Amino acid sequence: MTTETTVGRFGRYGGRYVPETLVPALLELEEAYAKASADPSFGEEVARVLKEFVGRPTTLTPARRLTEAWGGAHVWLKREDLAHTGAHKINNTVGQVLLARRMGKKRIIAETGAGQHGVATATACALFGLPCEVYMGALDVERQSLNVFRMRALGAVVKPVESGSRTLKDAMNEAMRTWVSQVSDTHYVIGSAAGPHPYPTIVRDFQSVIGKELRTQAQAAFGKLPDAIIACVGGGSNAIGVLHPFIGDKDVRLVGVEAGGHGLNTKQHGASLTLGTEGVLHGSRSLVLQDEDGQIQEAHSISAGLDYPGVGPELAHLAKTGRMEVRTATDDEALAAFYEVARTEGILPALETSHAFARGRELARDLGKGKYLVINCSGRGDKDVATISARGVPPPVGVKS
Amino acid sequence: MSGEIAQAFAKAKARGEGVLVAYAMAGDPDLPRSVDVFAALVEGGADILEIGVAFSDPIADGPVIQGASERALKAGSTLKRVLDEVVPEVRKRCPQTPLVIMTYVNVIMALGEERFAKLARERGVSGAILPDLPPEESAGLRATFDAAGVDLIPLCAPTTPKARAEAIARDGRGFVYCVSVAGVTGMRAELPPDLSQRLDLVRKASPVPVVAGFGISTAEQARTLSAHADGVVVGSALVRAAHADGPGAAKTLCADIKRGLKR
Ligand SMILES: Cc1ncc(COP(=O)(O)O)c(C=O)c1O
Repeated sequence: MTTETTVGRFGRYGGRYVPETLVPALLELEEAYAKASADPSFGEEVARVLKEFVGRPTTLTPARRLTEAWGGAHVWLKREDLAHTGAHKINNTVGQVLLARRMGKKRIIAETGAGQHGVATATACALFGLPCEVYMGALDVERQSLNVFRMRALGAVVKPVESGSRTLKDAMNEAMRTWVSQVSDTHYVIGSAAGPHPYPTIVRDFQSVIGKELRTQAQAAFGKLPDAIIACVGGGSNAIGVLHPFIGDKDVRLVGVEAGGHGLNTKQHGASLTLGTEGVLHGSRSLVLQDEDGQIQEAHSISAGLDYPGVGPELAHLAKTGRMEVRTATDDEALAAFYEVARTEGILPALETSHAFARGRELARDLGKGKYLVINCSGRGDKDVATISARGVPPPVGVKS
Repeated sequence: MSGEIAQAFAKAKARGEGVLVAYAMAGDPDLPRSVDVFAALVEGGADILEIGVAFSDPIADGPVIQGASERALKAGSTLKRVLDEVVPEVRKRCPQTPLVIMTYVNVIMALGEERFAKLARERGVSGAILPDLPPEESAGLRATFDAAGVDLIPLCAPTTPKARAEAIARDGRGFVYCVSVAGVTGMRAELPPDLSQRLDLVRKASPVPVVAGFGISTAEQARTLSAHADGVVVGSALVRAAHADGPGAAKTLCADIKRGLKR
């Protein structure tokens, strides 16, 4: 099952809107990826590294106390937080760095928002012995200091980006500019299912390991496919990764949750599927947050990984055609969900992931008892503890406030 | 319709000169004062004006033009306002100089492709350069522009393979913009050694004039390149001069580079 309508297009979305300097590199990447995909030894190598190094398959965990608390469907968690480096991002970076090595590239660059993709890229580069440079908005450098340290410890160079909103979109601009100047020997590892063709396809394929595992695990755990799957959406890589293998299963509800930030009426959010309009950002045509003059608006989210005014073209297509339902969760709702999950399941989810949890209760109730809801636990919350604890910790369980 | 652009090249050729395509950012430091900059560029000898329209996420631009975009956006520059307030004024002050809009595809999409083409033509714009619109994505927009009489000027890069470069050149409109360096806009001390070969190749395939741009800031560079190209584009150096020292400085730099283009 594919939603690719023509090469590199998902309905109206996708394409390759980049400076001519990059087009030959994108064509080369497309061809190299097609060859690698057709070569069983490449797939085996990726699978081996995912198993030996990343720790795949990640488990499917029953969330018994959440199920009870929410009083609806059985809730299960797909545990990408247990993958090495603590998020789904590693699935893609291992694949892309192996691909880059096959192509004979000498160095790797990447952009990062929350730092998870930067850490995952730095990790894959360390594993395969390639130099790595990570562009990160200066604001994100401040709020994700743990991940900045991790990247540096892994041997990567972190380049703070001072332009624009000093967040993910500006980091991506800067990574693209750098790539334009060093395209002959450098591979740019894009971290979400966004960017110019063939990236949305490549990233989706590498991330689809999540959904493929889930199919098998769901059969084993509860004897059928889930009735609904819910994932948070920044650029959309964890969402497309877990949802894509189920697109053809019409009885499985697919739900994406975007950053509602301070509220959809405040202009301070990251809800590009909900409120975006058609535009071109970072090399693909998709839904973007922009003003009527076509200037890209600054997104806002408490979670750096959802603080992005665009979204991958395939998710835009799934949302517009109605195959994926789109919801939003505000910063406050995500924070509340963080503590709810921490205290009912013993898991500190990433703030990004907390957005998916924030909409879990309604969805579980909507589905009703006897149904199965899987929440994609895209990453763990360690990187976010500074942001979260700065707002004060609620009293311990069993202690009256 | 691209008569104006072709004429500018023919006139320069008759005078024994290469064409100077001069870029500045509309709205930097504000809309009215950017008109003064454009007029100064023409006084300095610019043959064609490239009017930059700011975009919030200019992936093909280096720090100098990024800075100009940020200033222009702060000053309230939009494509609509540039067409309404800057282009007519520049036309008035420089009636002989072809005008070309340079911006990103999202800015054009937001105004509406047909609406842009129609307004641009009405106000006297001859062409447009969109650095994030490679040939694969440009067929629809080019047809729209062709119908309105606005040239969609293609770009060719140092990384473009020979056959692809020839195909881009053969299908050129207005002129072919040969990007001289693999990189973003900005001044460079040195240009790639194989640039002249590349220009010769593109020029041979192209029915329209060929210019080199990106990285050019001196009369010496202009002189070297004008043996292989019909002209050069100068952007960052002029933007920086105008920003630091005002329109007069940009005019002086134009005149200097123009001397390098005399054959
Ligand atoms: C844990 C986690 N989840 C989700 C995301 C959002 O990205 P995407 O929508 O590409 O999965 C990020 C991005 O950094 C992340 O770190």
